Amino acid sequence: MSADRREWPLYEVFVRGKRGLNHVHVGSLHAPDDAMALRHARDVYTRRNEGVSIWVVRADAIAASSPDEKDPLFAPSGDKVYRHPTFYDIPDDVPHM
Amino acid sequence: MSDDHGSIFDGLLGGDSSQWAFGTDFEDPLAGVDTTTPDGVDPAELAAYCLMLGDDALIMSQRLSEWCSRAPDLEEDIALANVALDLLGQARLLLARAAAADPGVVPALPAGSPVPPEDALAFFREDRDFRNVRLAEVANGDFGHVVVRLLLFSVARLALLERLRTSRDHVLAAVAAKGVKEVAYHRDWAGRWFLTLARGTEESRRRLLAALDALFPLWAELVTAHPVERSLASAGVGVDPAFLREEVDAVLDQVLAASGVERPARPPLAGAGERTGRDGAHTEALSLLLAEMQVVARAHPSGRW
Amino acid sequence: MTAIPAEPDQEERLQAAFDATIARRDRIEPRDWMPDAYRSTLVRQIAQHAHSEIIGMQPEGDWISRAPSLRRKAILLAKVQDEAGHGLYLYAACETLGVSRAELTDLLLAGRQKYSSIFNYPTLSYADVGTIGWLVDGAAICNQVPLCRTSYGPYGRAMIRICKEESFHQRQGYELLMTMMRGTDEQRAMVQESVDRFWWPVLMMFGPPDAQSPNSERSMAWGIKRNSNDELRQKFVDMTVPQAKALGVTLPDPDLRWNAERGAHDFGEPDWAEFAAVIRGEGPCNAQRVAHRRAAHEEGAWVREAATAFARRSAGEGGR
Repeated sequence: MSADRREWPLYEVFVRGKRGLNHVHVGSLHAPDDAMALRHARDVYTRRNEGVSIWVVRADAIAASSPDEKDPLFAPSGDKVYRHPTFYDIPDDVPHM
Repeated sequence: MSDDHGSIFDGLLGGDSSQWAFGTDFEDPLAGVDTTTPDGVDPAELAAYCLMLGDDALIMSQRLSEWCSRAPDLEEDIALANVALDLLGQARLLLARAAAADPGVVPALPAGSPVPPEDALAFFREDRDFRNVRLAEVANGDFGHVVVRLLLFSVARLALLERLRTSRDHVLAAVAAKGVKEVAYHRDWAGRWFLTLARGTEESRRRLLAALDALFPLWAELVTAHPVERSLASAGVGVDPAFLREEVDAVLDQVLAASGVERPARPPLAGAGERTGRDGAHTEALSLLLAEMQVVARAHPSGRW
Repeated sequence: MTAIPAEPDQEERLQAAFDATIARRDRIEPRDWMPDAYRSTLVRQIAQHAHSEIIGMQPEGDWISRAPSLRRKAILLAKVQDEAGHGLYLYAACETLGVSRAELTDLLLAGRQKYSSIFNYPTLSYADVGTIGWLVDGAAICNQVPLCRTSYGPYGRAMIRICKEESFHQRQGYELLMTMMRGTDEQRAMVQESVDRFWWPVLMMFGPPDAQSPNSERSMAWGIKRNSNDELRQKFVDMTVPQAKALGVTLPDPDLRWNAERGAHDFGEPDWAEFAAVIRGEGPCNAQRVAHRRAAHEEGAWVREAATAFARRSAGEGGR
């Protein structure tokens, strides 16, 4: 569950930009349930028609490895749900502006 | 130093506006579309019909956009803005179509005014010339209110647009083809929230039922045929909403049943001398809404924006 | 990696690994060890940035209902909607550091976290929509472009997405002002009045002079900040002067002139006493902005609760 019980749980959003590509992590959002998370994902992350297919998954359902497995002191808090992966899409054309 | 930034003004006034959901360079919304009035159709009636559908979208959009920065959460703020933007896009095309069909409907502006006809229609018409249903114009309430209003509105509009796709008028057919996808999503959003609020908490159910009770009497206007609608339907250009009644009722009953909500036993809101929003007989809310919406445009009738 | 037995040494080793990552300008990721002060500095900065996006919806959003053309109404609504999206991305970046959006919202409403002082000034004409796009978003871009390379991964990735959209915001603002300058005399006067009103508060957006900016040095060492306040302010002025000329407006600073020796513009000093007052909460709109946000949050509580209750009930019925 979310760290704060008043808050809708956190979801991670993955979008397939076009056919033939993998789903890519594009960001996060909050939603009360899976169905609403899909709607929110469409509204928040495909406003400019970026995606043809969307996956959402609750952040607390993601299992993650630690970045450096040899590290004996990897903080126990590393398993906490809020330490979720986020914003893993780095566009090819990082804008120079 | 300025190298980092100089390029952002490149092509400032050029045509590339793909980054905008709705474009910034749509100087002529009907560019390249055949705007000839179909054979056997009265241009004044076609214009009136386009104003009905266009004003519904415009006034709904205005009310929805008032939610911006006020929604229960950021995700819903973004969702409501999307709906408002969709309807605003429909309004723009429909008002432009009305002006193209019958330039006589466009209010007169000072000579040389650069205001395009669809803006003249939106910002320089009096409230009595607006032909939207009264459901669209009443003031906003709580979140339950916006959910109920959008559900009632989009259930009827989706059924209408689905049929309008085969209109003999190319513009109406094109607006409908695009609008069907948009309004299907609006209906879905509203239906899902209706269910959620009905089955959420006691408080949410109470608020939802209050909103339904208040808005339901305004709904009949959307599914009651106006003479202009009947006439254009028989010419294969418009849709007679009375023929949609059965289907629309069925969809609404399905949402109500899933939500465990009774259809309110409330009679339709009366008109004034049998005139309703479609004839320009509105509630007090429209005049106030227009006063705000039109204030800047009217202060600068020769302004460029 | 060298094996080190004792606890304190391990702490030192982690610190060394962190320092090395920063030194080679690599990114820190959410599950990495980081010093507490680094984490808290990031939370403060990202939260402030997120709050600025959300509070920043208000001054412009106030004009959506009055936008003078259908095209401008669509552009403005889409822009303010983008700001909600930016706030959302940034809150999510902050959540990777262990602070929930609800907690951050509480801190904002309690006045314990700040947002950009510029949004405590009112918007008084439609030209302000253009000026905010041109100058406020322009200043924000100056601040934000370097943050795409900030040392904390999620923050940098959020900034890349945001900067991409912000440049269009600045364009639409400048384009609105250019269009108005081609309009009537009243419109040109409206643009100049708006620029006069916003110029000094915009210069304050870069923060106090470097000499008085207590946290700057450490933030730069950590790669959280990439340029000093004064550097960015200078960069903004140099970039804006030719744009103002092209637009046909004057910037309200009698001391503004090109300095060939420095290869940069000299300019006057903003009123730092006013800046301090606005930061203290005495600006024209501080109370109004927070009250608006509070009302939206509190009036939305029953909706959020209803959706949670509905989701729980559906799950109980075998949904999930």
